[in-house]
Amino acid sequence: MSPATDAHPGQALPPRRRWLQALARGALGLFAWQAWPARAQRMVSGQLLSLPQMLEPLLQGRTAQPQGLRLELPVLADNGSLVPARVLVDSPMTEQDHVTHIYLLSQRNPVTQMAVFHLGPWSGRAEVSARLRLAGSQLVVALARRSDGSFCYQSVEAVVTESACVDGS
Amino acid sequence: MANARLLLPDSMAAGDVVKARLLVEHPMHTGYLQDLQGRLIPRNVILRLTCDYGGREVFRVEPSSGIAGNPLFEFFFRVQNPGELWVRWVDDRGVAGELRHPVRLQPAGPPART
Repeated sequence: MSPATDAHPGQALPPRRRWLQALARGALGLFAWQAWPARAQRMVSGQLLSLPQMLEPLLQGRTAQPQGLRLELPVLADNGSLVPARVLVDSPMTEQDHVTHIYLLSQRNPVTQMAVFHLGPWSGRAEVSARLRLAGSQLVVALARRSDGSFCYQSVEAVVTESACVDGS
Repeated sequence: MANARLLLPDSMAAGDVVKARLLVEHPMHTGYLQDLQGRLIPRNVILRLTCDYGGREVFRVEPSSGIAGNPLFEFFFRVQNPGELWVRWVDDRGVAGELRHPVRLQPAGPPART
């Protein structure tokens, strides 16, 4: 028995124990917060961007048409680490009217802009494809910029059964 | 380490728009995953990949961690003269890689695979 118990005989718990309990609670809370997987991966996960939030850094006040571009994604992607994607833009690809950039944007990934492709009239055809990495089911957006400065986009809901960003073990 | 493969159609004529399939061997570490000891693997992705043909850049991509490991890109370009497709890329560690692939014009014939 510590001298603290004798000093406060009427109380249920001596102050030292109460203090220790509070310390233990705090330590447990801190541990739980630390062990949160997204925290451990230093990721801003679980935060879904809205479509304007995804497009605004690239559009900078201009508007984008939701036609004139097709984004092909699998209906169900088994593995988020490898999702094939193809972007086709309606464009004659002439010197006057061609696609200059194609952006691939992700709603949930820690890095929103997955890739940017630079094209020109020498491409002949405004079509590119790549294999994406997706951190879970989300909206995938393809945005194209034409030579006249106009933008067009299409967003596709991708269902991913296995995220690319599970812990590395 | 820096290894890549490029596939072009077997037969190409001047003026054709042809599809190129480019596969680059690169881990594309995102920087969010851990190794078996629990340490974070530092980010190492291809920052910039360019394709030159006939003295001009015909394709350029700037990937991020959102592109899968061993990236495969498909793109189109118009062939005019025989020459070569010169692919170059650089990653986060500053490691650069390159691939030179001949562009042979022939209406038909033996497959020009490498």
